[in-house]
Amino acid sequence: MRFPTAQAPFLAPVNSVNRIMLEVLVALIPGLAALVWQFGPGVLVQCMIALLAAELGEAAMLSLRRRPIVPTLKDYSAALTAVLLAISLPPLAPWWIPAFGTLFAIIIGKHLYGGLGYNPFNPAMVGYAVLLISFPQHMTAWLPPKELSGSALSFADNWNAIFSRTLPWDMTFDALTMATPLDTIKTQLGLNRLLDEIQSGGLFSGIGGRGWQWVNFGFLLGGLWMLKRGIIAWQIPVGFLAALFAVALLFFLIDPAVYPTPLFQCFSGAAMVGAFFIATDPVSASTTPRGRLIYGALIGLLVFVIRSWGGYPDGVAFAVLLLNLAAPTIDHYTRPRVYGHPT
Amino acid sequence: MARTQGGGSVNLFKLWNFHGGLHLDGHKRESCRAPLAVAHLPERLVFPLQQRNGEDSKPVIAPGDRVLKGQVIAHDDSPFNPPIHASSSGIVRAIEDLPLPHPSGLSGACIVIETDGEDAAIDFAGIADYRQCSPDELRRMIYEAGIVGLGGAAFPTSVKVAPGSDRKVDTLILNGAECEPYITCDDSLLSHHPEDVLEGAKILLHILQAERCLLAVEDDMPDALAALEKAKRCGDFEAIQLVRVPAIYPTGGEKQLISVLTGREVPMRGIPADIGIVCQNVGTAAAVYNAVVHGTPLISRIVTVTGRGVKQPQNILARIGTPLADLIQQCGGHTNEAERLVLGGPMMGFGVPTDDLPLTKSANCILVAGRNELIGEKRALPCIRCGACANACPVNLLPQQLYWYGRSDQIERALDYNLFDCIECGCCDYVCPSHIPLVQHFRATKGKAVAKRREREKADHARLRFESRQLRKEQEKRERAESAKRKKETLGTGKAPEILEAIERAKLRRAEKTAQPSGNSDPIDHDKRETVTPPTAAEAHRTSADTGHIENPSDDRKSEAQPMSSEID
Amino acid sequence: MLTVFVVCALFALFGLLLGYSARRFKVEGDPLVDKIDAVLPQTQCGQCGFPGCRPYAEAIARGDADINQCPPGGEEGVIALADLLGVEPKPLSAEHGVEKPKSVAIIDESKCIGCTLCIQACPVDAILGAAKHMHTVIASECTGCELCVAPCPVDCIYMEPVKETLATWRWPEPKAVGQ
Repeated sequence: MRFPTAQAPFLAPVNSVNRIMLEVLVALIPGLAALVWQFGPGVLVQCMIALLAAELGEAAMLSLRRRPIVPTLKDYSAALTAVLLAISLPPLAPWWIPAFGTLFAIIIGKHLYGGLGYNPFNPAMVGYAVLLISFPQHMTAWLPPKELSGSALSFADNWNAIFSRTLPWDMTFDALTMATPLDTIKTQLGLNRLLDEIQSGGLFSGIGGRGWQWVNFGFLLGGLWMLKRGIIAWQIPVGFLAALFAVALLFFLIDPAVYPTPLFQCFSGAAMVGAFFIATDPVSASTTPRGRLIYGALIGLLVFVIRSWGGYPDGVAFAVLLLNLAAPTIDHYTRPRVYGHPT
Repeated sequence: MARTQGGGSVNLFKLWNFHGGLHLDGHKRESCRAPLAVAHLPERLVFPLQQRNGEDSKPVIAPGDRVLKGQVIAHDDSPFNPPIHASSSGIVRAIEDLPLPHPSGLSGACIVIETDGEDAAIDFAGIADYRQCSPDELRRMIYEAGIVGLGGAAFPTSVKVAPGSDRKVDTLILNGAECEPYITCDDSLLSHHPEDVLEGAKILLHILQAERCLLAVEDDMPDALAALEKAKRCGDFEAIQLVRVPAIYPTGGEKQLISVLTGREVPMRGIPADIGIVCQNVGTAAAVYNAVVHGTPLISRIVTVTGRGVKQPQNILARIGTPLADLIQQCGGHTNEAERLVLGGPMMGFGVPTDDLPLTKSANCILVAGRNELIGEKRALPCIRCGACANACPVNLLPQQLYWYGRSDQIERALDYNLFDCIECGCCDYVCPSHIPLVQHFRATKGKAVAKRREREKADHARLRFESRQLRKEQEKRERAESAKRKKETLGTGKAPEILEAIERAKLRRAEKTAQPSGNSDPIDHDKRETVTPPTAAEAHRTSADTGHIENPSDDRKSEAQPMSSEID
Repeated sequence: MLTVFVVCALFALFGLLLGYSARRFKVEGDPLVDKIDAVLPQTQCGQCGFPGCRPYAEAIARGDADINQCPPGGEEGVIALADLLGVEPKPLSAEHGVEKPKSVAIIDESKCIGCTLCIQACPVDAILGAAKHMHTVIASECTGCELCVAPCPVDCIYMEPVKETLATWRWPEPKAVGQ
């Protein structure tokens, strides 16, 4: 009897890329729910636009590169990039913001480098950085959190605001939008106000700023679930948060009037989503265990530096992009000791 | 890293962890349930002659000879090529090229014996008390019995238990940790013949002059553990300690087992004897016992026939050289969902296209897979650098780096990342979410590295020969120029000794010519005048040898005689 | 004015430093040629147009020859040379020959007349024999350069591809990534 031959191992592998991507998407749900609860359903519309743009962009690039389209789309990596970018955008940003950002992320940030597995930079952050630098006005026009805003906009209102730039009654965008807590701190510190005064406003109750602490808490939950499922390694989020906490603590102790508390730093802005979802993007991050600790820690440090002394209110995107550059070098110098080799 | 294992009647023993590893579905119960069967005598036995070092063993019998069971049929002088013995009596049918049980699918020289059914054996002479023999004598017996490692690598046992006087061995490890799924041949041996293994361990301890023996058994082999404990109580086996190890793949790998049991690591490019340890498979120990005490050479082994593609999966004591088809037949034959045939286990075995191949000393499992029981080709996605492979690697390598460098043909970087430390266990393959066939890539890259090095050596050798040739040619040219110059100078003076002699000879000839005008065909004159005799046979051989070829001396004489007679005229 | 003076002084200083380094750290011989020669297959066949591998290496180092003229080195050799020299690899030049499977020369002993013409042609002395004696090729030394085939007056030399054995067999390369 004749048999077909193949090479070992002959056991079916247990993991798959699309399962990992799907589990990450599922882990985003608590944070996403918190965003919708605090800032309205606009973020869902942003997600939809981004998803559509991502799938279309990926399909177009795959057909140009003559690669199989449907099997590749099914690995859900483009969908994950889209959602990660969409949740970083202000809920009422005009529709072309997520569309342009996602297309840039997918086409230039991912496919021009060779597609899945070949991009040195986190594509969602590439898209975000381009948007932030090109359209700073739109990118900083956030909504007030639910606890402050009073009347909430309905889904339809959000839709109209995003697509046709119209608001119900005579609300105006200027009146409606407000800065994030981190943004507020930066501008007010620039005006030589002190933290006590700045943080006495209604925006700042709680540990991370109203509304934002819930969002961060939601992403923390999702992140812990991913750790338990073994989707991500613990080194990057722990390194990130530990470094951010430590350096924030140091400066808070030196001058509490100008530097917020470490807990505030960890629960504001994109700290949690950055620690668990963005910095852990496997393709662009460091891969060795010790390297990941260093990578995560340096990102945390850079986030603090940019937040405190840099030109942008939240430094997660740029910190991640800068460390993406350093990842191969970090890998090279943190090779684990091989069995039988000297230390 | 260390933890203490306890429980049951097995002594408390400190165990260490190794990095990575997998928890795999054992699939052991299928073949463990049936008792150990004894294979029927097959109609023919096939013995491939290829050995580990690439050389073939030399047959010491010819087609038509009758051989007895246990008779040596192929031999080599190298200690790395133990002899091959006939596993049953019969007539040597042929020595021919047949397909080999090897992943390459190549054919090679094999001895084919047609059995006569009598199973007549030579006189097996064992030693009652091995302690009377010196370790070297026992090693010789092991070599003559053709014993190689039965764990799969088939390394000659006599070499392995000869670590040399500069390496002191303190621990003998018997590897009964059958970590690969489906394989249960060691489990079967330990359950049915534990005394053989224990006695073999004592013999090996005596050879190595080691203090203790650790017999490692996985904790998913309860029958084996029970049988061993019972057998231990029935004899003097104090030096042998039974250790239960967790069933993590690949605990049964030699380096991993050593680090689990002792916490020591085999140094890179070294052998376990460098740290005072020798590791042997339990089957090898039993074979040593049979060879030393009963005089039986290695002519049979236990092999697991399993998988959903065979009707009655079981362990079977088979003769070396038995065609796999016969063994599968004895286990009920193929089911109609038999899809794939693998020699070895599902993680490290290799697929073969047919069951018309012989059983060799290193085959431990015949896995006939049913429909979808095993996979063939995987559809690979790009590497997403998740690092799961590095987490699973028992050697703590970075498989993703080896993969990238191998694919981009950066062989030097791959070697720098310790490509040859890879034991090809398949853990990285199993966990890769992109389904990349990592082990295949590493094997191909290793092959490229070896081929490149071989080519480099060949090129350097050719360059050396070319340069020597150039030097020689220049030297010859110089010598020719010099001798031409010398000749020119001496010709000018007219006093060269060769020329004077030639003038003398000519004068003589002229004188004799004028003295005897009758003729020159007188044979007596012929003899007198010839100053140069035709070369004798010995001289002809010598001159031929100079030119590197033995030539017929009479031809030489003829060719040289011809010009001689023309000169006389 | 001071700036001009300072800049000129700096230039002079750097010039002196460079000159001194050129003198002090000068490497004797031509290491580039050695490196190129180390990559070439040493077949000494002359298909590149030069009388041997070393002259070809020297020509490449001088810039007189391209890197794709060596068929025995094959595409692998061209890529290795391209890596070494930091240039773009290119396909093998067809006018210099095509890449052939590794072969060794074999002499048909029934036809050999013992003329030694092939012995004189072999660049690595891989042919054993003498005048009016049988010639034979030492297979382990033969590089497959084919220089012996043409001179033979009775055409008794032919090239045979080397057969794969268990010792030379290599695991095949897996298929390319599905994407």
